[in-house]
Amino acid sequence: MIAIVDYGVGNLFSLQSSLAAIGAPAQVTDDPKALGAAEKIILPGVGAFEDAARRLRESGLGDAVCEQAKAGKPLLGICLGMQLLFERSFEFGEHEGLGLIPGNVRPIAEVIPPQLKIPHIGWNALHFTSRSSALFRFLREGECVYFVHSYYAADCKPYVTANAEYGAMLTAAAENGNVFGTQFHPEKSGDAGLRILRGFCELEV
Amino acid sequence: MRNGRVVKGVNFEGLADVSSPVELGKYYSECGADELVFYDITASAEGRALFTDILREVARQIFIPLTVGGGINSLEDFDRVLKCGADKVSVNSGALRDPSLISAAARRYGSQCVVLSVDAKRVDGRFTVFAKGGRENTGRDLIEWVRYGVENGAGELVINSIDTDGVKKGFDLEMQDAVCAAVKVPVIASGGAGCAADFVELFEKLPAVDAGLAASIFHFGEVRIAELKEKLRRSGINVR
Repeated sequence: MIAIVDYGVGNLFSLQSSLAAIGAPAQVTDDPKALGAAEKIILPGVGAFEDAARRLRESGLGDAVCEQAKAGKPLLGICLGMQLLFERSFEFGEHEGLGLIPGNVRPIAEVIPPQLKIPHIGWNALHFTSRSSALFRFLREGECVYFVHSYYAADCKPYVTANAEYGAMLTAAAENGNVFGTQFHPEKSGDAGLRILRGFCELEV
Repeated sequence: MRNGRVVKGVNFEGLADVSSPVELGKYYSECGADELVFYDITASAEGRALFTDILREVARQIFIPLTVGGGINSLEDFDRVLKCGADKVSVNSGALRDPSLISAAARRYGSQCVVLSVDAKRVDGRFTVFAKGGRENTGRDLIEWVRYGVENGAGELVINSIDTDGVKKGFDLEMQDAVCAAVKVPVIASGGAGCAADFVELFEKLPAVDAGLAASIFHFGEVRIAELKEKLRRSGINVR
């Protein structure tokens, strides 16, 4: 069973439907104790970092996620859920994340040319780094996935498994042991996205 | 959509029944469409809420971004369709009636969630905004309206040209160009696509346009999405 962490932000319906489509049983939960019983955990998220980090902290879900991840349970953060895995974010101030992957979350405006539109929204190709990922074992180099973001994971080069080019190379996916993050939305990325979710769901525990 | 079926008209009139939205949505998701826009087109004119049960079923079966519009008049409407699986919500008549809906929705759900859809046509040589599925002339200038929308938090625009809708002789390049020059958010051009070459022309002549939307040529199978993408690729246009 996969636990989808519900801390009051984002569209969990699509994620649940995607997992159902690949035959992976999943349960949406806001109970920190339920994470212990799950085989794998997905941390979704859309919205602002500060608000999401506060909700995770106040609900006790943040501590529970960290505890499970540190015990070796596979964890996948998606979009804002991925950004929350890093040490801190500079989205409207400076805010602490879960610290499960070393690095910071910074505005893409700092690295892309000014004429490009923000957010980076739409389909973009994945370029794998030299660090190969089990998440992408059913994927080919250059397949497109769907992005919507204005911030990106920086200062984390050794952990990056894929980049997307948008005026600069932006972190598309990163991992640290059993902790995985995708800046894009696999649940919105058609067939390629379903194969990425399969890559996660079929990880050997 | 009207009465739970997918429909298509010409210049927004004379709607013909096409198919079940769930079947059609699934078909498009599987054959390479990049995004699905789901409008309940007579919701505003008939003054009722959108079909949330059908929407939920569509959302369950498609794994590409889903934009939903039609009869969105309040934050409660946003909330309702987002809970049914929409990723973005498109406002049109509701925003014309109460422009503060744009900023209120952007503050609550983020700009990436708020799509301003505009139906426009030439009236005395001016691009003029129409409400209620093209039935009501608002007298508003298109360019002033999209500028207002973007300044107040609309993260994306869908520009439907009533003049070229369903005519199938190409997109309204002049109208799309005028909008792209005025704003810096993604613009989705809609209305007028009759063949694959119309998409090539759109993206070649107006590189600032981010996407092209079409309905009838896909619904009736006149243009297959995979073939369209191949043609765009061969013309040097970056596609998925």
